[in-house]
Amino acid sequence: MEAITQALPAFQEAWSLILQPAVLGYLLLGVVMGLAIGVFPGLGGIAGLSLVLPFMFGMDPVMGLALMIGMLAVVPTSDTFASVLMGIPGSSASQATVLDGFPLARNGEAARALAAAFSASLFGGLVGAMFLTVFILVARPIVLAFGLPEMLMVTVLGLSMVAVLAGRVPLKGLAAAGLGMMIGTIGEADAGGSLRMASYDLPYLTDGLKLVIVGLGIFAVPEIVSLLRQDTTISRSATLGAGWSAGVRDWFANKWLSVRCSIIGVVVGVIPGLGGSVVDWIAYGHTVQTTPDKSRFGKGEIRGVIGPESSNNAKEGGGLVPTLLFGIPGSGSMAIFIGAVALLGTGEIEVGPNMLKDNLDVTYGIVWLLALANVFGTVICIMAAGGIAKLTTIRFTLLAPFLLMLIAFAAFQSGQNFEDLLALFVIGLIGIFLRRFDWSRPAFLIGFVLSDSVENFSNQAFQIASFRFRKDFDTGMDYVFSPIVMTLIVITVLSVVVGIRQSKRIMAEGDVASGSKRAPIIFLLVISAYLIIALINANAIPHYAFTDKVVPLVIGSVSLVACLVLLVQMLLRPEGDTVFADKEVAGEDADAPGSLWGALAWLAALIAATWLVGYILALSVFLLSFLRWRATLAWPRAAALTACGIAFMCMMAGSLNRDFPPGLLQSVFDLPWPLT
Amino acid sequence: MSIKQIVQHTLIGTVATLSLAAPAAAEVDFSGKTIEWIIPFSETGGSAKWANFFAPLLSEALPGQPTVVVKFMPGAGSTKGANWFQEQTHKDGTLLFGTSGSTQFPYLLDDPRVRYEYADWNPVMASGTGGVAYLNAEDGANYDGTGSSVAGSDYIYGSQGATRLDLVPLLAWQMLGMNVEPVFGIKGRGDGRLMFERGEATIDYQTSSSYLSGSAELVAAGTAVPMMSWGSLDGDDIVRDPTFPDMPTFMEVCNATDGCETSGEQWDAWKAFFISGFPTQKIAFLPAGTPQDVIDTYTAAFDAVRNRDDFAEISAARVGKYPVYVGDEAQAALATAISVPDSAKAFVKGWLKDAYGVELK
Repeated sequence: MEAITQALPAFQEAWSLILQPAVLGYLLLGVVMGLAIGVFPGLGGIAGLSLVLPFMFGMDPVMGLALMIGMLAVVPTSDTFASVLMGIPGSSASQATVLDGFPLARNGEAARALAAAFSASLFGGLVGAMFLTVFILVARPIVLAFGLPEMLMVTVLGLSMVAVLAGRVPLKGLAAAGLGMMIGTIGEADAGGSLRMASYDLPYLTDGLKLVIVGLGIFAVPEIVSLLRQDTTISRSATLGAGWSAGVRDWFANKWLSVRCSIIGVVVGVIPGLGGSVVDWIAYGHTVQTTPDKSRFGKGEIRGVIGPESSNNAKEGGGLVPTLLFGIPGSGSMAIFIGAVALLGTGEIEVGPNMLKDNLDVTYGIVWLLALANVFGTVICIMAAGGIAKLTTIRFTLLAPFLLMLIAFAAFQSGQNFEDLLALFVIGLIGIFLRRFDWSRPAFLIGFVLSDSVENFSNQAFQIASFRFRKDFDTGMDYVFSPIVMTLIVITVLSVVVGIRQSKRIMAEGDVASGSKRAPIIFLLVISAYLIIALINANAIPHYAFTDKVVPLVIGSVSLVACLVLLVQMLLRPEGDTVFADKEVAGEDADAPGSLWGALAWLAALIAATWLVGYILALSVFLLSFLRWRATLAWPRAAALTACGIAFMCMMAGSLNRDFPPGLLQSVFDLPWPLT
Repeated sequence: MSIKQIVQHTLIGTVATLSLAAPAAAEVDFSGKTIEWIIPFSETGGSAKWANFFAPLLSEALPGQPTVVVKFMPGAGSTKGANWFQEQTHKDGTLLFGTSGSTQFPYLLDDPRVRYEYADWNPVMASGTGGVAYLNAEDGANYDGTGSSVAGSDYIYGSQGATRLDLVPLLAWQMLGMNVEPVFGIKGRGDGRLMFERGEATIDYQTSSSYLSGSAELVAAGTAVPMMSWGSLDGDDIVRDPTFPDMPTFMEVCNATDGCETSGEQWDAWKAFFISGFPTQKIAFLPAGTPQDVIDTYTAAFDAVRNRDDFAEISAARVGKYPVYVGDEAQAALATAISVPDSAKAFVKGWLKDAYGVELK
């Protein structure tokens, strides 16, 4: 109660800080910049903040905060465009949105899906801010209550969503998630520094694969290739059905779902160290479990968009808690934010434990600027949604080269290595086959995203627990089985039990026909072979680095067992059984005029040409030849579109100070930017 | 700065980058150019804080007031970025690289991934920091300035890895006879402090600026008890850290503790790695082959930065009260940082293998 009476005057001061025309102007400027950057897959808040950082030194604190928060708040709003319209997960915040958002776009309901997503985002952002207003006063002890066992259990809860998304054959979902986790362990282990499936001669792999590349490879590449083969438009009917007002009504009809998912977003966002990667999956799982008719998930269920979108903007608010209260950034963009705050004014605002004591008004100012930014950003996005949704009625062959251009650039931004492009291609191939044989791609991605957290939290929690147990048994038990852990275990078990019962009805890839045995068995054997090699590799790690081998060994063995059981099933069951699902047998892919390899060859060509002459030169040739021969445009139009594409790339990269991948040519000659 | 100015700056910046690189001027002038300061760590670390602090000041001090942008190239604990920088050659003086103690240690310990050579690079600025170790309240209550008073308990420490800067505190605690069990795999010292606040870790250390902004609060609240600072270097001697004049140094604590020697192989190794890791922790380099006039321009600019009237005031809170070396001083600081005797290297390698099973092969 005392805290509340203290907070009231700060409320008023915060409002008077914010409600100045200049502050609102900066906020709007930040929002517009943030939206422009967020639309671009692979560029998030970090790119935007680095852009304004040079201007922060000595700037009026409130105005600087308005500019930065405007930008940070709306990145998870505008990345929805790429996930819904193109099936490209723009950032980790919009992975689950792809699952139902993209099918809705394919059904010609892009505007409706976008409007529902944006309404949910707005609402989530506002709920997040309201919740924070009260919560921030009492947050410190609650955040500190989340130790390693608690964080491990939240991660496991996220992992249990695999049960919901496993698909028609649960074993395949389990194996896909296991494979994702195994791919996530590639590289130098965090604990002891041992190498897993990597070598110092291939420095690229020692760092592990980046989420952006895996997300693009697993979701975007297969969809682009498939659409390119079919040579139609993204919207199957080439027209737009329900408009944006329908989407807003959809959101209103599901407002309670939106409330629940927003709260999930804030609460998980508050826990430092988990970041945003689990939030949207937990929200999606919750959405599925609370929907009576589950048959439409994966095929275009509007609730599947509203749930995750409500949570991901709310999460941004939650993420402010560890940042402001502890000075510990929850993400890369928050880290730059902390650095930039120190530059503001005379440096009087210091993010950290003293924030609530010394700067409560500024703290509330930040929370409410975040809410206002959400309002501005959403209104702009909803107004733009109807127009931008028309992209789904353009012949896909005209869009494809630009999408390949974008994802190649986005992949390169993650590590600034040429190998990023190769990794994108290889993961893209895995994605294509997972999709073809109806292995759950969401399960794979959840496994990949969470493998790091599972490994680190379990190793560290185990070390600390064994230390406590050595003291005495009760201390150990109190540590491992705290009330929070017990609650989370119950929720996880319930979610797995309910999930397995329901998963057969949730078909993320639609109804996939089944065919002959040969192709699915070969794919299964390839996966099993990789798992065996990875297991042998992990087993070779010396015993003193036990922490580096235990997780790959356990996960690898479980996945391998799942694969072997599947193999037995495949050998015993007749052709045509669901276990032999294959998109090349019947359906859109099988009926497509183009071949899989032909479509994929274009991406391969772009990558190979980049290796030779660098990205911009390769892109010019690629765009021109694609538009001329694949899309059969006349030379003048092809040339004009190519010029537009190149100009757009240069403008975007130039203003954000981004590099392009160089090639062999650049290692011999010094060329001026942008050819470098 | 008004909105209009920001927009103008952004536009000018864009146009400047787009209008292909201007021909190199006779005298060094960076008008309209963008200087890239590459930091081989993520945005969350102390090096990011350090570069972000200096970048705008450097921009003001360089001729032509170029935009200085800090770019991050994290990976393999900075080895990836340093290997990349090794392959860069001088173009037009718009590339700057920043290293930390975590770049120096793998180099000194012959980590197989190291493909860089400090001798090829041109240091233009170097600065140091200190560090403070602190205990949990319960054990801290027994602390009387000797290792023996707190050696009875077992401790847990959240660590980034034994081959990083953490080897300085880990070795120090071991010399004091304390049983400290590191939990490896945390991503930054901030996470270590959080672990300490949650009560999972029972001992911690922070560099000076992080101690002041985060841990000092815990000490004031009575949940942490400061144990010692690593000290500061005066010539060849370790003296009290000017930022923490009331706190004993590790050397003092060691002297007061039975069984801890401030001479001999173990002490020499600790001191050598402390000198490499703290008093010259962060260095800004120009790439191999940079002409002298460009080096001089940067030296003058950093000199102007450290001589600003308000420098002491603005730097104290963000990077701590430690000297900033430029030009020849920076060269000398680098020489001290990387001249660790072979005996100390051999000792630390043996200790890493015995205590943590770490072999750098």
